[in-house]
Amino acid sequence: MTAPLLQITDLVKDFPVKSGILQRATGHVRAVAGVSLDVNKGETVGLVGESGCGKSTLGRMLVRLIEPSEGSIRFEDEDIAHLKGPELKAMRLRMQMIFQDPYSSLDPRSPVGNSVAEGLKIHGIGDSDERHERVMEMLDVVGLESYHAHRFPHEFSGGQRQRIGIARALIMRPKFVVADEPVSALDVSVQAQVLNLLKDLQKDLDLTLLFIAHNLAVVEHISDRVAVMYLGRIVEVTDRDSLYANPTHPYTQALLSSIPIPDPTVNRNRIVLQGDVPSPLDPPSGCRFHPRCPIAVEGVCDVEEPELLEVGDGKETHVAACHLRTGAHRHLDPAPR
Amino acid sequence: MTDDRKPTGVKRPPEMDFTALDAAEGMSVEPVTQWHLFRTRFGRHRLAMVSAGVLFTLIALAVFAPLIPGLKDPIDPLVDETGRALNLIAPRADFPFGTDQLGQDMLARVIYGGRTSLQVAGLTGLMVATFGTLVGAVAGYYGGWIDNLLMRFTDLVLSLPLLPVAIVAAAWLRETFEGREAMTLAVLLGTLLWGTLARIVRAEFLSLREKEFVEAARAAGARDRRIIFRHVLPNAISPIIVNATLVIGVAIILEAALSFLGFGVRPPTPAWGQMAAEGGRLAVGGAGAWWMVVFPSAALIITVLSVNFLGDGLRDALDPTQSIERK
Repeated sequence: MTAPLLQITDLVKDFPVKSGILQRATGHVRAVAGVSLDVNKGETVGLVGESGCGKSTLGRMLVRLIEPSEGSIRFEDEDIAHLKGPELKAMRLRMQMIFQDPYSSLDPRSPVGNSVAEGLKIHGIGDSDERHERVMEMLDVVGLESYHAHRFPHEFSGGQRQRIGIARALIMRPKFVVADEPVSALDVSVQAQVLNLLKDLQKDLDLTLLFIAHNLAVVEHISDRVAVMYLGRIVEVTDRDSLYANPTHPYTQALLSSIPIPDPTVNRNRIVLQGDVPSPLDPPSGCRFHPRCPIAVEGVCDVEEPELLEVGDGKETHVAACHLRTGAHRHLDPAPR
Repeated sequence: MTDDRKPTGVKRPPEMDFTALDAAEGMSVEPVTQWHLFRTRFGRHRLAMVSAGVLFTLIALAVFAPLIPGLKDPIDPLVDETGRALNLIAPRADFPFGTDQLGQDMLARVIYGGRTSLQVAGLTGLMVATFGTLVGAVAGYYGGWIDNLLMRFTDLVLSLPLLPVAIVAAAWLRETFEGREAMTLAVLLGTLLWGTLARIVRAEFLSLREKEFVEAARAAGARDRRIIFRHVLPNAISPIIVNATLVIGVAIILEAALSFLGFGVRPPTPAWGQMAAEGGRLAVGGAGAWWMVVFPSAALIITVLSVNFLGDGLRDALDPTQSIERK
């Protein structure tokens, strides 16, 4: 097997917490606490997790809008975690991001054609005629008309704006794109359009996509593989089908059980988690999920931090970080399957 | 590296001609330049159009004053055939604005006074806009210790009591810059008045730099300078214009105040504030020379109002979210 396009190893991001009149750093929030993940060329990896679990921070680190505190990001055999200056600028051609909020991600004072063309201009690609042509081509690809280029963002609907955001990212012909909840701000009816557009483009352009979302249905629709994040760590990674058919980590199970089923006659077994997400300022000892975990075992889960290990359901790509479901303490699982 | 991946993207039936659909709904399908939009919106703002005309006329009169046929000298006292001074003459056909106590023609003095006053106002406005925007932008965009340093300095300037400092500085500077009083006054007022704008711009930058379009520009590879000038500043332009026009009004009024106290532009060089102050003294002093107050004051008021309306019009015309339809 060839090396993955993107190889994330032990990535960490700490944000300082400042307080007092001198704004001294009095502590830090570990938003991403040691994440390792491989993304293969041409695949779509869904990244799910609840609000505040660090998934957006992770995505922003990958496209280097935030500099990682520790760890490495290998992209096409080059460590991009701490690139600076011209190397960083050159890297940006190969990696792009689609933003969450189509209302704040377009400059309200700039005609959308200029916004789409900006990347080309910054990198000095083509003369103004060629750039114009590429903008028109890109607008057409995302389903807008060429005369839209002269309009301003406020003249478009949310879905159209998000298409413009997609055009802006893809006009650079990147290899890897991080889509940070690209449809969560859109109406449900428009979500499908934008998702399908992304899916088509991904296939046409042989894109590699990291799709960040909190909506599991959306992730199921678009992803080849799914990574589940909880409080700054990845707790389970697997291909889409086995995630939905055979969720292993108790957190994944709880997440999946929360998907509404549009059928009142179905008897749902919802797993309702107790309590709130703990503060990342002071994360729990051992397994970060143990205070809310329905199957946590005292003396094991609150002591040792679990690693991502093979689940052993016949798929070597299915890994989870749970003492009771993978690894040495399996016999303690109160609800073995 | 060549890249020949060709996206096909959205597939739509050929019979769907959106251009025709949009055109049928009265939406513009023609490419419209931003300059055209600006002109259309500005042209619709009648007060601003009139103000622009008024300001243009005032400036042209001041600049080309020596070329105006029949305009008398603003400094030479007028005398009649017998050698008697023609002083304190009420407005009449040959002296439309009357004459002052020295027999100087008021019309000429108001027109020439515009040279000083408009220069002070314009230069002060320009200085404040440039310096205030620069300080506010750097402080708000970079934050941290730079922000702290610049803002404490701004606080210091803002805490200076305006008139006393201006009086002391004007008295001190006039010896050094004899004959260039307008410039000196403008620099002085500019140095004292930029603080408010710096604070406003900083606040705008603080909120705008967190927007996703700034991140998007950074992800495209833009450097700070491009982000500041292309993306953040254009979005902060409204408060800058509003504040700059207010400052121009304040500068004209401060010039008047300083002249009244004897620290502004010194006679015989005319300036509107100085003339109004002088005229006020005489009018109140029983000479009844109302024309000595009314004409320079009118010039002051018209200028201040015009600048404010012009600023209003500019702000609206530069805002793409303003509709170009007549309301």
